[in-house]
Amino acid sequence: MALIAFYILSTIVVLSALFVVAARNPVHSVLWLILAFFTSAGLLVLIGAEFLAMLLVVVYVGAVAVLFLFVVMMLDIDFAELKQGFQNYLVVGVLVALALLAEIGIVAAAATFGGGTTFNANPGAATNAEALSRVLYTDYLLLFQMSGIVLLVAMIGAIVLTLRARPTVKRQNIAQQTGRKRKDAVELKDVRPGQGI
Amino acid sequence: MAGLELTLGHYLAVSAALFTIGVFGIFVNRKNIIVILMSIELILLSVNINLVAFSVFNGTIMGQVFAMLVLTVAAAEAAVGLAILVVYFRNRGEIAVEDVNVLRG
Repeated sequence: MALIAFYILSTIVVLSALFVVAARNPVHSVLWLILAFFTSAGLLVLIGAEFLAMLLVVVYVGAVAVLFLFVVMMLDIDFAELKQGFQNYLVVGVLVALALLAEIGIVAAAATFGGGTTFNANPGAATNAEALSRVLYTDYLLLFQMSGIVLLVAMIGAIVLTLRARPTVKRQNIAQQTGRKRKDAVELKDVRPGQGI
Repeated sequence: MAGLELTLGHYLAVSAALFTIGVFGIFVNRKNIIVILMSIELILLSVNINLVAFSVFNGTIMGQVFAMLVLTVAAAEAAVGLAILVVYFRNRGEIAVEDVNVLRG
């Protein structure tokens, strides 16, 4: 039963990955990418790694794919022009892919995976999330914090890159506002009767 | 009954296929940097599947922790890459990556 589910899911994953690469419109590419992420989350659920599967859905589908969708739709691009080199590079691409697949096959045939005997998705705990959290905040605390710093740096970097000061847009300058004195704002004029200023 | 149950090899095969498709995508879509970034995401996804499969089939949790870190880096990479893309588009009005060598002397 699990094997049938595996074959269905893996077929969908591989096909949608192919469509990501081959789709004419990048918007369709992003939608196929979302399908690939969802089905690979299903693949992970199949072997009991539920937490990573949910993380895949939340991070990849919820954040990364939506970010791609935003950027694809925000940029005004001639998609047909971008697709022109497809035929030229197809032969090289297929050759490289075949060579890579052959190399992986050779290595896989030569290697002996010691595992496969002790199937356990959550060693030392009742659930997968518990097993992960037991080591995440103890043994791997430093790595966990460092990945948080990586995210922070990426966030700041993305903001700094895309922020631009447009002179036409009026912004609130709080320092200037609070630093305003009475003599800057009000001027007393002695107006004589019958004359203007 | 050995052939009728899920093994590590199954997952490694899917992962290898995904990785190859990702590399193929980078080679084929030379002009479209958005699809190149998506191919990189596919490659990182295949790496994640590989790590989780080894972790589960060997009964150690370490691979899943490592997969989380890969996920973090993938998200950060996508954010920064797309930000660079937006800035490039703002400056040039197009995203053909073959013209990015304007800085070359």
